[in-house]
Amino acid sequence: MKADWHAGGFGLYIHWPFCAAKCPYCDFNSHVSAQIDQAAWREAYLREIARLGRETEGRVLSSVYFGGGTPSLMEPETVAAILGEIGQYWPRANDIEITLEANPSSVEARRFAGYAEAGVNRVSLGVQALRDDDLKALGRLHDVPQARAALDVAKAHFGRVSFDLIYARQHQTLDDWRGELSEALDMAADHLSLYQLTIEPGTAFGDRYAVGKLRGLPDDDLGADMYELTQEMTRNAGFEAYEVSNHAMNGSVSRHNLVYWRYGDYAGIGPGAHGRLTIEGQKRATVATAAPGLWLRDVGGDGAESRSALSGPEQAAEYLMMGLRINEGISVSRYRALAGFGLDEGKVGALCDDGLLEFADDRVRTTQRGRMMLNAVIRELMV
Amino acid sequence: MSRMTDLKHIRNFSIVAHIDHGKSTLADRLIQLTGTVAERDMKEQMLDAMDIERERGITIKANSVRIEYPAQDGETYVLNLIDTPGHVDFAYEVSRSMQAVEGSLLVVDSTQGVEAQTLANVYQAIDADHEIVPVLNKIDLPASEPERVKEQIEDVIGIDASEAVEISAKTGLGIPEVLEAIVQRLPAPQGTRDAPLKAMLVDSWYDIYLGVVVLIRVMDGVIRKGDQIKMMKTGATYKLDRLSVLRPAMKDIAELGPGEIGVFTASIKQVRDTKVGDTITHDKKPCDKALPGFKPSVPVVFCGLFPVDSAEFEDLRDAIEKLALNDASFSYEMETSAALGFGFRCGFLGLLHLEVIRDRIEREYDIELITTAPSVVYHLYMKDGEMKELHNPADMPDLTYVDHVEEPRIKATILVPDDYLGDVLKLCQERRGIQLDLTYVGGRAMVVYDLPLNEVVFDFYDRLKSITKGYASFDYQMTGYRQDNLVKMSVLVNDEPVDALSMMVHRDRAEMRGRAMCEKLKDLIPRHMFKIPIQAAIGGKVIARETLSALRKDVTAKCYGGDATRKKKLLEKQKAGKKKMRQFGKVDIPQEAFISALKMDS
Repeated sequence: MKADWHAGGFGLYIHWPFCAAKCPYCDFNSHVSAQIDQAAWREAYLREIARLGRETEGRVLSSVYFGGGTPSLMEPETVAAILGEIGQYWPRANDIEITLEANPSSVEARRFAGYAEAGVNRVSLGVQALRDDDLKALGRLHDVPQARAALDVAKAHFGRVSFDLIYARQHQTLDDWRGELSEALDMAADHLSLYQLTIEPGTAFGDRYAVGKLRGLPDDDLGADMYELTQEMTRNAGFEAYEVSNHAMNGSVSRHNLVYWRYGDYAGIGPGAHGRLTIEGQKRATVATAAPGLWLRDVGGDGAESRSALSGPEQAAEYLMMGLRINEGISVSRYRALAGFGLDEGKVGALCDDGLLEFADDRVRTTQRGRMMLNAVIRELMV
Repeated sequence: MSRMTDLKHIRNFSIVAHIDHGKSTLADRLIQLTGTVAERDMKEQMLDAMDIERERGITIKANSVRIEYPAQDGETYVLNLIDTPGHVDFAYEVSRSMQAVEGSLLVVDSTQGVEAQTLANVYQAIDADHEIVPVLNKIDLPASEPERVKEQIEDVIGIDASEAVEISAKTGLGIPEVLEAIVQRLPAPQGTRDAPLKAMLVDSWYDIYLGVVVLIRVMDGVIRKGDQIKMMKTGATYKLDRLSVLRPAMKDIAELGPGEIGVFTASIKQVRDTKVGDTITHDKKPCDKALPGFKPSVPVVFCGLFPVDSAEFEDLRDAIEKLALNDASFSYEMETSAALGFGFRCGFLGLLHLEVIRDRIEREYDIELITTAPSVVYHLYMKDGEMKELHNPADMPDLTYVDHVEEPRIKATILVPDDYLGDVLKLCQERRGIQLDLTYVGGRAMVVYDLPLNEVVFDFYDRLKSITKGYASFDYQMTGYRQDNLVKMSVLVNDEPVDALSMMVHRDRAEMRGRAMCEKLKDLIPRHMFKIPIQAAIGGKVIARETLSALRKDVTAKCYGGDATRKKKLLEKQKAGKKKMRQFGKVDIPQEAFISALKMDS
């Protein structure tokens, strides 16, 4: 019998931890540094790839994702070297997806050709807003004309291009968002990630929110209206909402992210990167040392990563949480095989009766209402 | 330290102050300056042993410290400080501690002036015939007005303030002068060394290592380690295991003579076995007349305490029994609620006392609690002539059996700057108060109101502080019971009655309270996937209604590979939080709703 992770595939996540500035909403492991020794970092990534490659050698690689931080601050040579090393250990799937997250600034757009040459075939641009004032409020360094120009450059160099927008921003009305999303759909290539602004503790927004200084955020009902409007407009424009916040045209879904949502295996490389790796029949959660300096120092030994075995029920809970985010939902039999017990049929039945879930052909999926109430659904089904 | 001290070298005193006027800081400085505690062992609020006391900056239990002070006259004096609680809930503890000492330092914040709490406590000191030394604190602050405050002390309290000691407890300024004033101006205790032992039981507490520790003040005679003693009221006899003085840690001493203060242990099992105010004498050679003693304190506020997890009921029983061992003023009986399951109906001296006990159960015994709305004790006069005490609104019998209801009243004294007087009068009127007196003292108004305790017990003090920006001070005493038009208001959530939210209200105020309650609950109950009606009713008649709309969206926007661990933990935490709520039909109500729902904003 094949190991469970095959149902989701295998991908690599490369974390570049540096940004030109820290955004006030961002709770990712990102750091602002004036001087970055690209050669030392390149060396470290190669060492980590070799270490993980020896453990999982021979797996067919379906995706590589450069995330951050701001990976568009990497030199194209660094990206090329990393992709070259990856080729030493894992055979590539024919349709391998190699994504790089990029800031839509003119400086970074100049590197796009180099990334394409290195093998990157998809970019995801952090456009975030199509209103200059809002870009400022979100702490972004680019403006709307730069973003539009960068998008054009990206479309010229990469077969697949996605961009992100954040909505439900301060003082945004439903009509504001309708207008902005309409502009975005006119610009879009084949993929859009549309995120409702989430105030995370430990961020600048989180601190301001905690003391009541983050004003003008939409209330729950307006947030729900905005989400519903987003679904309606993207659908009418020919995009499929294949995940809570992700929309694809013509099946151009993010294969990398599907590895997460289908609960496959993924190796995390870089400071603070998380992974899920099945080694010797046991799925493990891995997390690398978060501080860039420490990671750089410890890489190569055993020190840069901690691992913990995930029990069957823990894996099942993660599968449930990730799998219900996508249209295809989860397989009831796969859940049972992971957990050692089945989903609570009574609860599934009640959630179906309430119009939040659908159950057919071994698969449980959310309805649109169920997707909007996903956290409540997961809490209900979690053991 | 083994010899007792002769009378003329002893001074016993307490400190009277309003909260935040610097009592604990002054005590710390006295301890520090006399080297009673090594510098490295000093910490803030030395005498407040409980976490809750330190955190809230209040004193709950009486405590004592013995300080040795080499005075300017070349003699070394023993100074015994009994630290007392300042809060109105514990006024009773103050009164008995006052009986054990001869003098008081009256600490007044020279930037604030005399407060209601100061008044209540200083009158107790005057009643106990204390010599009083006024001390003006915070003299280093620019807003300090010592002359005005001295005048106020003379006007309001009627004691001479011309020789008030001006200090800054924070910087240590004037502390040596305080020590000299204690020696020079407070009287030495009196007593006869050769008489039979007569000692006052000032307080007692349970120590997990030592058992019951008894704080005593010797009036006459000598008490020694190994003595066979007798408690005159209970008649019980004990052999003294250990005799100590508090510095503030226990230091053993061979004997204590007249005027001295110390503690002993004697294999006493429960604090309940020691009656505060009792007279301790020798079993074989007793004194002929006991000290007058004190009347026991009576609980005035009741509420239900229920374990969040019903499996912890026995743990809760154990915790409550242990706490009651140490606190004779706290009463409890088992209670069953349709909504909350098994728990205890508990009686407290006041709201602070309630909060302290609840905090201690949650912290020291790690039991999460649901606390129901506090209620006072109503007297129900039944048609058959019987009088019943009602401790819990949920137990209110059908009105057809009740002739009339009486509620407890208080006499409240409020001191407030003139600017806020209008708002204070309005608050008192809203709370069904009857004005008894209104006078001006030292630029401030002193208002005396007759108020129903049930209007005060809950959030009156919070409201008062908020409308006067913290400038008002408040104290009260119980006056008795009076008949009024009182009814039981019940609350229905999603058409299910929630017994733990029912309350007694005045009929004229029922609609207003009902509306406020429904609006509050609407904010306190999280939105569910369906809409929820919230109603207040008297009997079968709905008097207020709100509707909580359905929640439409609850989903995490981003969840990728690096988020899985954290988001799963968050969902698990939320799920655990939901378990802590109480289910009424399909509705989950968070615990804080049971108390917060009753707080009134206007």
